[in-house]
Amino acid sequence: MKVKLKVWRQKDTRSAGEFRLYETPDLNVNMSFLEMLDVVNEQLTLKGEEPIAFDHDCREGICGTCSLVINGKPHGPHRGVATCQTYMRSFQDGDIIIVEPWRARPFPVVKDLVVTRQALDKIMQAGGYISVRTGAAPDANSIPISKENADLAMDAAACIGCGACVAACKNASAMLFTAAKVSQLGLLPQGQPERYRRVKRMVEAMDEAGFGACTVTGSCEAVCPKNISLDFIARLNRDYLVASLKGGAKHG
Amino acid sequence: MKLESKIPSGPLAQKWDKARFQNKLVNPANKRKYEIIVVGAGLAGASASATLGELGYKVKNFVYHDSPRRAHSIAAQGGINAAKNYQNDGDSVYRLFYDTVKGGDFRAREANVYRLAQVSVNIIDQCAAQGVPFAREYGGLLDNRSFGGAQVSRTFYARGQTGQQLLLGAYSALCKEIASGSVQSFTHHEMLDLVLVDGHAKGVIVRNLLTGAISRHCADAVVLATGGYGNVFNLSTYARNSNATAIWRAYKRGACFANPCYTQIHPTCIPVTGDYQSKLTLMSESLRNDGRIWVPKKKEDCGKHPNDIPEEARDYYLERKYPSFGNLAPRDISSRSAKEVCDEGRGVGESGRGVYLDFADSIQRLGEAKVRERYGNLFDIYHEITNENAYQVPMRIYPAVHYTMGGLWVDYDLMSNIPGLFVLGEANFSDHGANRLGASALMQGLADGYFVLPNTICNYLASVGPGKRPGVEHEAFKEAEDNVRGITQRLLASQGKRTVDSFHKELGHILWEHCGMGRNETDLKKALQLIPALREEFWKNVKVPGEEDNLNQSLERAGRVADFLEVGELLCLDALERAESCGGHFREEHQYPDGEARRDDENFAHVAAWEYQGRDKKPVRHVEPLVYEEVKMTTRSYK
Ligand SMILES: Cc1cc2nc3c(=O)[nH]c(=O)nc-3n(C[C@H](O)[C@H](O)[C@H](O)COP(=O)(O)OP(=O)(O)OC[C@H]3O[C@@H](n4cnc5c(N)ncnc54)[C@H](O)[C@@H]3O)c2cc1C
Ligand code: FES
Repeated sequence: MKVKLKVWRQKDTRSAGEFRLYETPDLNVNMSFLEMLDVVNEQLTLKGEEPIAFDHDCREGICGTCSLVINGKPHGPHRGVATCQTYMRSFQDGDIIIVEPWRARPFPVVKDLVVTRQALDKIMQAGGYISVRTGAAPDANSIPISKENADLAMDAAACIGCGACVAACKNASAMLFTAAKVSQLGLLPQGQPERYRRVKRMVEAMDEAGFGACTVTGSCEAVCPKNISLDFIARLNRDYLVASLKGGAKHG
Repeated sequence: MKLESKIPSGPLAQKWDKARFQNKLVNPANKRKYEIIVVGAGLAGASASATLGELGYKVKNFVYHDSPRRAHSIAAQGGINAAKNYQNDGDSVYRLFYDTVKGGDFRAREANVYRLAQVSVNIIDQCAAQGVPFAREYGGLLDNRSFGGAQVSRTFYARGQTGQQLLLGAYSALCKEIASGSVQSFTHHEMLDLVLVDGHAKGVIVRNLLTGAISRHCADAVVLATGGYGNVFNLSTYARNSNATAIWRAYKRGACFANPCYTQIHPTCIPVTGDYQSKLTLMSESLRNDGRIWVPKKKEDCGKHPNDIPEEARDYYLERKYPSFGNLAPRDISSRSAKEVCDEGRGVGESGRGVYLDFADSIQRLGEAKVRERYGNLFDIYHEITNENAYQVPMRIYPAVHYTMGGLWVDYDLMSNIPGLFVLGEANFSDHGANRLGASALMQGLADGYFVLPNTICNYLASVGPGKRPGVEHEAFKEAEDNVRGITQRLLASQGKRTVDSFHKELGHILWEHCGMGRNETDLKKALQLIPALREEFWKNVKVPGEEDNLNQSLERAGRVADFLEVGELLCLDALERAESCGGHFREEHQYPDGEARRDDENFAHVAAWEYQGRDKKPVRHVEPLVYEEVKMTTRSYK
């Protein structure tokens, strides 16, 4: 098969970008989307052009590095997978495929399809942890946790921090990302002492980093490669409300 | 040079305690006066940075990733070992120690391994307290499973995402320290040289990958936790960007590289399909708990649909050859056996390089729902990549490069032969000997970072005293910076005809063919001619588009591949000189009549640590004898 690509090219954060059209050579349908870009990049390099910059690392859907909007959808046509888990068999011979970077104000484009997502780290630094000094922990089995809660915490913890939720949201809200972490830690007994402080601080950090408000349209859940559920946002909101009642929260 | 392992004297079980008692302490007020550079934020680097920060040191953490959370550790699936004996199935610190030493084919240091087994129990406590959502039983207690090569259930796990959850735990601890100001985090920064002042490691030169800016950073000590070098083979289960540059450039500054030939080839990966392929995907070996591995007995059956091949025409070769371990035989043995049956022409799949991993029996015994609960996500991954349903037809698997046991040489304190340079995690050579057991890398990374380094680095720091680090104006920093700029410019100036990736592929091919699962003198000698020739061509004919002063992924890769072209040669040299078979290093000339690996304890019961001598000069091979005080070296048998 062969496809045509309309790819966003942008020299750096300050420069303006534009779409450019590329034709691929003959492809194997079992190639991954990123392998297809590798092939295109090899060709560009040999022609003396600069290859298309794009982010990736694990190429198996776990590191959260890959970040392409394919035909208008973060992470491409399929639900529950990341860009790197998208295969050419999902496209037809002759298709024109539009490839863009995450587009969201808190994620400036660095070059072509690469953005920075340091804003997500900032949210984590505001409270996405349980304070425990190395060596001070009690025996791991001294605090039993029901399997249901442990499993639910794991569902939330599956977030790979890719930021697709932000890219899909018309307000560029990072609510699903934040809610996943707040829920994971809030579901566990170890997370209780800092529970309300945590939610308050993380939500504030989210605002400060320039993410927008959540209006629960669900576009985030639809593109999440790990199928993180909107229910966690409801959980965050409940905790946030309690935190506000306890005093001091500026959201409301 | 004499390599001093600095193993404390006294009985094995008391060495670590004794070491901690004898270690010098840095008083709390002085800790603030020390700056430590940590390169890497995988399990080893993140846990070390967080703990050192918590102790009061000033830490600078560098990663080339866009966030510390994305380190390659994130991809580990199966689990982490710990001698908790929560299952009451006969496990103990001693058993974990023994299994690890034996699994490593008696090529690891006893004292280090014992300490690893000892602190393994603290790791689980630490991670559970951080909120790592380990799998649990209905009673609320932690669940365990048995994992490649172990006869007890000591592996803790979080679905198929154990590495991710442990890393996110360490990353969260790191976030806390970043917020408190004790750790400064530099993302998208790649370390490109190590700076030595008067023979001590006192800083690094890094390149900001977004702007191209090159900067100098000084410190009282430098910690490398930069992961393994398995991508020297190009195709592997590593993340695409994993590389050897940090440890290699430290090697070129004088740090000894130990046992580079010890590479692990993992038996259960999805087979290669085409030359466009960028990486190989691991199917967690936990699958071997319930999957049975087989190939047809007769070549002629290889083309048939597997479900049409009757039971009596199948060769469950691991069960046949290793009745007591069966499908759970250690990785090196399983991988080699797969290669053997494929070499005999009994491999399956398009390329003939594949064996079946079959779940039909387990599905019949446990029901599909139970199998789905245990391995659902792995079956999904398999489906995604191959478009096949493993509930109905057996998976096809083949070995792939997965881990490197070799790495920079370190002493008991995890300090290299360069004073002030510490090396943690997969980047060092320390605990796995010639073969690593499943679920032990995560354990080692976190042991090094949370519990070992924070207790040993003070020895060095106290000996140099606070506030003594040289500033970045020192001549040595300038020299190192010039070196880095020189490499960058040379790469960009070479307007040749071949892409960086084409060189990487060719190098990988040479290594896989000549220094892969089976190695012999003729092939190794051939590789030692091919690699330098390829390297020469690289510098003459590589094409690196783009500029120096902004994001340039071709340039990044070019620098890494340039280093791989040197690493590969050392790997083959080490493999050639180690004229014995041990663990993952199988020399075809050294085997028993039944095809099992033949170790040579008389001549090779030692660590080989290579010291750089300058460009185009043969490095010197130093030897650290391995003295076994506690266990007896035996022939490693899993029959
Ligand atoms: C697919 C897969 C599955 C695995 N499953 C298991 C398992 O189930 N159990 C188990 O025990 N082990 C497993 N392993 C092995 C284990 O994951 C690794 O050995 C371990 O995570 C390595 O951790 P690390 O901290 O040493 O390095 P890494 O996680 O590789 O981290 C390296 C860090 O160094 C940084 N870095 C590197 N070079 C530079 C530089 N020059 N400048 C700046 N930063 C740099 C990177 O940014 C990164 O932060 C698995 C490995 C693979 C490939
Ligand atoms: S490259 Fe890691 S999730 Fe896609």
